[in-house]
Amino acid sequence: MNSVHDMGGMQNMGAVRVEKNEPVFHAEWERRIFALDEAVDGDWPGGAGRYQKELIPPAEYLRMSYYERWLSSLSELLVKSGMLTRRELETGVAEGGNTTGRKVLRADEVRATIAGGFPSTSTVPATAKFHAGQRVRARNINTTGHTRLPRYARGKQGTIARDHGVYVFNDSRVQGLGEKPQHLYSVSFASRELWGPGAPANDSVHLDLWDDHLEPA
Amino acid sequence: MTTTRRDLLTSALTAAGAAVTPRLADAEPEHQAVPSDPALRTRALESVLVARGLVDRAALDALIDAYEHQIGPRNGARVVARAWVDAGYKRRLLSNATAAIAELGIGGEEGEQMVVVENTPRVHNLIVCTLCSCYPWPVLGLPPIWYKSSAYRARSVIDPRGLLKELGLELAPEVDVRVWDSTAEVRYLVLPERPAGTAKMSEAELAALVTRDAMVGIAHVTLSPSAGARA
Repeated sequence: MNSVHDMGGMQNMGAVRVEKNEPVFHAEWERRIFALDEAVDGDWPGGAGRYQKELIPPAEYLRMSYYERWLSSLSELLVKSGMLTRRELETGVAEGGNTTGRKVLRADEVRATIAGGFPSTSTVPATAKFHAGQRVRARNINTTGHTRLPRYARGKQGTIARDHGVYVFNDSRVQGLGEKPQHLYSVSFASRELWGPGAPANDSVHLDLWDDHLEPA
Repeated sequence: MTTTRRDLLTSALTAAGAAVTPRLADAEPEHQAVPSDPALRTRALESVLVARGLVDRAALDALIDAYEHQIGPRNGARVVARAWVDAGYKRRLLSNATAAIAELGIGGEEGEQMVVVENTPRVHNLIVCTLCSCYPWPVLGLPPIWYKSSAYRARSVIDPRGLLKELGLELAPEVDVRVWDSTAEVRYLVLPERPAGTAKMSEAELAALVTRDAMVGIAHVTLSPSAGARA
């Protein structure tokens, strides 16, 4: 989706300010929404929270703090999936009974869950369409769904720098359209290709892109 | 409309025994139809999820403790210091970072697949996630606000040199800048250059010099890192 989250290359966003001695969280509610989002075993595909954040209207997205976006996406996904009602979110009072038959993360499982992570690599065999050193062009796609191909690279030529192996294709999985496992590559784009002759000659931007994002140059 | 969502929420939470601050309990302007306070909404969300048996409060506390007190840039600093003192480890780190980092017992969520990129006198690497906030949690913890900011996400790919200069890192024209936009589930870590004058330092002393900012690529490692950057 060509929304404001895809902000690589935008200008006039102000200065980057590095906070001294920055705490991990800036308020108690940030701790809680972070943990809630991590703990809930939602009825939605992996990565859906990210797409949900992209669906926040642009003006709202820019106004919200980082964890306000987490609060928004988790709340919306819980309602959309039917796990909670909007009224429950508004009142803070549970109307349904205790949910049974669902896996609930326990404290003594947290360490192992973090250590195991949620790998996006796939064991499904897939033939690589490209190889290291090959020139490629990022496709000019403009989906209203989720994509990991930023606007600033679309239609631009780059070089396959390395083949990461087979990964779940998030453009598809996030929307519940299946994992579509395929090769993922690190693709090197000259800064001049992306930004024009004013960019330094030897600078580059590397993006991780899947087979479906690329075509031979 | 006399009963706003905020009123409903506040009274429900009060009834549930939750501590509502006086400021929130006081009447808000009538025109505010939606409670804007994320703290209040988060509390309501947690209350419902706990009551519905969808989350366990002890697990929430354990998650917060893990990312507030256990997982952070000290992990990444151990990886960097090891690479500085052990050439074999450095080779393994640059060829298969996930496995090399796991040798130190580090790995997991948001760092399931890692790539480490090396700074040299000729190459400077910078990590960003323009679309979101992807960041190597197992080695650096949760990302700082600047990394997640619109300003950093927007500018790092189009003007990395100008951005770095504003942050106090001016790169010579002959240094190539490589920006890594973390668009997939691969997570990146910069292996900074080892500073001069550290030949006699132990691995632990070296690790103490390595900052989060250097491992993202907005700073060099120096002999006197600022307290802020070490967090």
